[in-house]
Amino acid sequence: MRVAVQSSIQQRHRPKMRDFDYAAPATLQEAVTLFSRHNGAARALAGGTDLIDHVRTGRVTPDVVIDVKRIPELNRLEITPDGLRLGAAVPCWRIYESAEIRESYPALVDACSIIGGIQIQSRASVGGNLCNSGPAADTIPALIAHSAVCVIVGPEGEREVPVEQFCTGPGRNVLQPGEILVEMKLPAPPPRSGSHYRRFIPRNEMDIAVVGVGAAVTLDESGTSLVCGRIAVGAVAPTPLDAVDASNLLAGAPVDDETFQKAAAAARAIAVPIDDMRGTRDYRVHLTGVLTERVLREAVSRAQQAAGA
Amino acid sequence: MSKKQVVTATINGREETFLCEPRQTLLEVLRDVLRMTGTKEGCSNGNCGACTVMLNGRPVDSCLVLAVECENAELETVEGLAAGDQLTPVQNAFLEGAALQCGVCTPGFLVSATALLRENPEPTEHDVRWYLAGNLCRCTGYDKIVRAVLDAAERRRNAETV
Repeated sequence: MRVAVQSSIQQRHRPKMRDFDYAAPATLQEAVTLFSRHNGAARALAGGTDLIDHVRTGRVTPDVVIDVKRIPELNRLEITPDGLRLGAAVPCWRIYESAEIRESYPALVDACSIIGGIQIQSRASVGGNLCNSGPAADTIPALIAHSAVCVIVGPEGEREVPVEQFCTGPGRNVLQPGEILVEMKLPAPPPRSGSHYRRFIPRNEMDIAVVGVGAAVTLDESGTSLVCGRIAVGAVAPTPLDAVDASNLLAGAPVDDETFQKAAAAARAIAVPIDDMRGTRDYRVHLTGVLTERVLREAVSRAQQAAGA
Repeated sequence: MSKKQVVTATINGREETFLCEPRQTLLEVLRDVLRMTGTKEGCSNGNCGACTVMLNGRPVDSCLVLAVECENAELETVEGLAAGDQLTPVQNAFLEGAALQCGVCTPGFLVSATALLRENPEPTEHDVRWYLAGNLCRCTGYDKIVRAVLDAAERRRNAETV
């Protein structure tokens, strides 16, 4: 009787997800062997917040789901003298709950704090956000601003790719069949540095960026000029963009409105957004400038606080 | 079909062993295998929070967790909040503040609110609204829910347990 009720509930309301095998390797080597063996038919599962939905809706059709959360290298979260080593499967909450990371990588913390709600942040990882390679992914402009480098391991060994070169199109990236993203390495910020990520959404939370901007800056000893800075913009092109010209304008520039406006104009100039339900092309280009100015102001203010501390 | 797997997890303090297919979510296993129907299915894509449970002490959407991932995990569902007939301050505050109408979103709100108060026993209204952003309600309206959570925080401070 109970069995009959059970199956009728499932048939009526819940079509079953595509069938797949599951593996949870405990070592990186084992994972690489599994991914190589399945030659593109396997998908990595970290937080699953995108993958499980994509399998359910048929957007991806893996034969095997490989849970990478038991691999020590992908769970690493360490601040070393060289910077931050951020394992690809580390969930958002572990990042924003670290006082050291909040101090040194605030743009990354900003991004991790606004992805989904608390339930999503309990599971979703920065590595997963990067590997899904969405144009509006919140963590990617922050990673570019922090000059992150991706460590990739595959059957041919290990290679490193600067994060701004990782995404190659919407949902596409440089990972080859059999390769997995192991970690991101973020260099230690120099003294008097600050960073910020901000996005525009029409709601207060739980939404996808209409435009997102990340920036990191370093001030000189007087605190009145910028030594260098890096700006990245999301949701205005097929991939998140490294705003090279805008960033170059910051080197040696005074901390003033004119500098921020010039950088904003340079960031606007590279925006090639689409029109969609979240915003028109013109609106997104305009927002790119507005957000770039605001993000730079906040990054500078944080750098000044760091210098004063 | 992929082989069913045996999973052992602690659910509401009790060790449970169940059989599941890799493609079954934690939500499906809770409801259809373990018959713990307190956890509700809403959107099934991680937007509404109706299926919120605690996984190793963190609130998660159980529709976005595979049950096979839960080997050795500590799970807590809405069924585990009350001690027998003894409701928690959060549950009492929801009841007395009429912070529910149809009740489908309520188990998720109760679990998320409990997680919030364990993390932050004295939240501001903004903290509550921010923390509960991943839980949607389509009929009660959020004001009563937010007020109930603030009330629960006060009840807890006034020495009611958990």
